[in-house]
Amino acid sequence: MSETPDSNPARLEVRSLHLWRGDRHLLRGVSLAVDAGELLQIMGPNGVGKTSLLRCIAGLLPLETGEVIWRGRNIERSREAYCQQLAYLAHLNALKSDLTALENLRFSVGTRRVVTTVQLHDMLVRMQLGACVDLPARSLSAGQKRRLAIARILLTQAPLWVLDEPITNLDAAGIALFEGCMAEHLAGGGLIVTAAHQQLLQGQPNVRTLELH
Amino acid sequence: MQPGMLQLLGLIVGRDLRLAMRHWDQVIQPLLFFVIITTLFPLAISPALDELRRIAPGVVWVAAMLAALLALESLFRPDIEDGTMEQWTLSGQPLSVMLLAKTATHWLLSGLPIVLMAPLVGSAMGMPPSAWGVTALSLALGTASLSVLGAIGAALTVSVRRGSVLLALLVLPLEMPVLIFGARAVDLAMHGEAVAGPLNLLAALLLLFISLGPFAMAAAMRISVET
Amino acid sequence: MSSNTESSVLNAPKAGTRWLWFHKLSSPPYAYRTSGVLRPWFLWSAVILLLVGTYGGLLLAPPDYQQKDSFRIIYVHVPSASMSLMVYVVMAVASAVGLIWRMKLAHALAAGCAAVGAWFSVLALFTGAFWGRPMWGTWWAWDPRVTSELIQLFLYLGFIALRSSFEDTQRADRASAILAIVGVVNVPVVKYSVIWWNSLHQGPSITLTGASIDSSMLWPLFVMLLAYALFFAAVMCDRLRVEILKRERNASWLADIGAKT
Repeated sequence: MSETPDSNPARLEVRSLHLWRGDRHLLRGVSLAVDAGELLQIMGPNGVGKTSLLRCIAGLLPLETGEVIWRGRNIERSREAYCQQLAYLAHLNALKSDLTALENLRFSVGTRRVVTTVQLHDMLVRMQLGACVDLPARSLSAGQKRRLAIARILLTQAPLWVLDEPITNLDAAGIALFEGCMAEHLAGGGLIVTAAHQQLLQGQPNVRTLELH
Repeated sequence: MQPGMLQLLGLIVGRDLRLAMRHWDQVIQPLLFFVIITTLFPLAISPALDELRRIAPGVVWVAAMLAALLALESLFRPDIEDGTMEQWTLSGQPLSVMLLAKTATHWLLSGLPIVLMAPLVGSAMGMPPSAWGVTALSLALGTASLSVLGAIGAALTVSVRRGSVLLALLVLPLEMPVLIFGARAVDLAMHGEAVAGPLNLLAALLLLFISLGPFAMAAAMRISVET
Repeated sequence: MSSNTESSVLNAPKAGTRWLWFHKLSSPPYAYRTSGVLRPWFLWSAVILLLVGTYGGLLLAPPDYQQKDSFRIIYVHVPSASMSLMVYVVMAVASAVGLIWRMKLAHALAAGCAAVGAWFSVLALFTGAFWGRPMWGTWWAWDPRVTSELIQLFLYLGFIALRSSFEDTQRADRASAILAIVGVVNVPVVKYSVIWWNSLHQGPSITLTGASIDSSMLWPLFVMLLAYALFFAAVMCDRLRVEILKRERNASWLADIGAKT
């Protein structure tokens, strides 16, 4: 299970994606492309399919028509390699309420990447969760839980971030902190695809928007 | 760098054991259910040990099957509800192995206590001490098979609302061979006859289910994780 | 790199024309037309064979030595029991094809099979009871064949119940496919264990007189078996068409057919 460095450039493409939810033709021929260092924000009213699109990109929803292509290869043919380079943040934080913040990170990140306790501690401090290290996740506030989930994304060190409404429950300080993490990730050649109601990293050159309707 | 297989298994088992330790009350419920069900039979039939002795193997086995079914509720549902399972399917690690490790830990917590309690319960139904060992052994093999089969059913129905009865409908027919061989083994032991036949069959079934089951579990889980 | 085409269009055959028939099978309009054409052939040959078999079984075959005339129920019981097993295998194979090659039609076929197979099981159980009544004096006895038929029925009902608990057809297809495959692997295990269980306790068992069965009793049985299989094929043509109608109700090719009629 060793990683093979991929020589193709980091690039995400979606081609003519169609998705039906029962009888509803939810996504009608969506196409997009994101290159290294770019942030793509998917915007649109509630119920238009933003979450579904992100889940298709993450490979959770099977596609009837259309393709998702990462580094030039269809993700269905190289699912394991794709998952190793993808970090997905859903509406749910994927936290076990009975485990402490540190234990949550150790178990969720540890299945993907070998991490030391020091690295976990440092990340918690960075995400302003230093006081919560040994607190069970259920006693954290909603904003703290979201930051813990974001900590997981950062620790996986995956090039592609797919984030579904990442700043839910974050206060202004939390949003600023998160935007700083995003900028750092993009500067290092990472890619981000998000769905949000609010524009993030406004005015920056490498930020694009896709409107769904 | 990705963790190796042993490290991954250690993490999964460690996580689930740790979670169980913090909720002991939920862990012992299937065991209590097992004991209560076996209590129903003397009440419903007769307190005479002679009569109970005849049905003891069947009662112990059926009660174990039903308690195992009940325990399945806690196998995958919590992870689905908080979004953790979704992340497992995206971890880039073999989902079948991860789910098998989870099922094995679940068996340690729910099946093994039943295995240890069964001889006690059996003796309360008139089972002679000569049969206790075979009871425990057959249940050990049997409850492990029930865990694997149950996990496949649980993976299929975990996203169905109020799917516990559906789970029972799907899984019980598949579990009938285990019941047949297991109860028979205990019955033979009670009569002092050779038990190698049914025990070997139980072991063979367990091997079959462990080798093929995880793939079905993983495929079913990927379907359940879509919404 | 090939991109996906629409689901209702013929996929290009991969290697020569050898697989052309396979890929044509995955096209709903083709399957719809073909099953419509085949249905009357299946149905009428089934009816003819049913008449021949019934005549041979009820009138031509001599009475059994032990069971006199009550054995004649086998001409309905055995074909139904065999069909209930065969249909399950067809269902599981269709499900596997649907999962591996992502053929929605295969899933539609499996979905259509379930209720038919369940009815065959019910028929086998009823006729088994009718057979057992004169011999054992009760309507129900835990004979191994009847018991495993009952378990078969549970497997069918479980498949149908699982399908109906998913609102999305695609998810229902794939989940029930996994169940069918797990079930088909278990069917030999279940059958063997039930026979083993019954043999230990020397319970009742439906058999004809020993190993040598008179050929005059046997040929109507094969005719009936074939007749049931053809009847199944005829019924499946209908059910497949219904499934296609349900799944493709928004497709344009159906509107064309509707416009023509």
